[in-house]
Amino acid sequence: MNQSAFIELINPFKDKVFRLAKRLLTSTEEAEDATQEVMVKLWNKKESLDSYGSVEALAMTMTKNYCLDQLKSKRAGNLQIVHNNYTDREPQLDKKLEDSNSLEWVQKIISQLPEQLQILIQLRDVEQYEFDEIAKIVNMNETAIRVALSRARKKIRESMLNTHRYGIQ
Amino acid sequence: MEFNKIEDILEKYFEGETSIAEENELKEYFSSSNVAQHLEQYKPMFGYFSQVKEQKSTQEIPLKTKKRNVAWLSIAASAVVLLGVGTYFYVSEKNATQVVAQSELGTYDDPEEALAATQKALALLSNKVNVGIESVQYINEYEQSKNKIFKQ
Repeated sequence: MNQSAFIELINPFKDKVFRLAKRLLTSTEEAEDATQEVMVKLWNKKESLDSYGSVEALAMTMTKNYCLDQLKSKRAGNLQIVHNNYTDREPQLDKKLEDSNSLEWVQKIISQLPEQLQILIQLRDVEQYEFDEIAKIVNMNETAIRVALSRARKKIRESMLNTHRYGIQ
Repeated sequence: MEFNKIEDILEKYFEGETSIAEENELKEYFSSSNVAQHLEQYKPMFGYFSQVKEQKSTQEIPLKTKKRNVAWLSIAASAVVLLGVGTYFYVSEKNATQVVAQSELGTYDDPEEALAATQKALALLSNKVNVGIESVQYINEYEQSKNKIFKQ
């Protein structure tokens, strides 16, 4: 497999990898690094890629594992990822409608969920993977995924309702 | 009636029972301008999901073929090793004659002569050590007089 064939292969899901990494690692730079890391790993095993059913599912699984490892080592080193790229989006936000503020709230609420739930929300509600695809990526059965997803969505709703009421009072 | 349908789908959505098509219907409904008042609170949630999906990685991925690097590395490494081994042998060859000459210096055939020479060397050493100790005793003297003056 040469470079251009490989690029063509990864292009459809490169941004999905990036978004999943960003969901978990928060900062854009870290997410870029993670994306690069995963792609280079894929490139290094390019000879054996045919033996995997879906390269996309493989890439997403690798991303998930890589990010969780990163988070684990960060926590072990007592370092926290700072939400430092909110300011980057400020000018854009100003242009948007007033409800952009509540979109940021949603982001905050999701980031407070356990990582496993964040992954599921990202895969289903953002990337819109089918349940059987998610099952391959996270190595869970579909029923468990539905239950966990329901839990995550209800938690988001609950927090949203709280902030909604807070806005009124 | 539209509300009822949306409410039904919402209900299913929070139970994790919706299909992708139904979820798209929700996203579409909540991105439209005529969202029912009591459903307004869900708008940011679905708005957020659609917005996040627009994020793209801008970075180029560097794909290097690593094989060439490895080849160059091994060539460089073997050159270094060869040079090292070569100089080692060259130098030791040169020194070999000197080593033989040096090993003959400082040996005595007569044991008495050897004893005298050893004693002389040891006496020299102990003299030097005594000089060192004497100067330390000076410091001791200072310490004592200091303690006499500055009583704690």
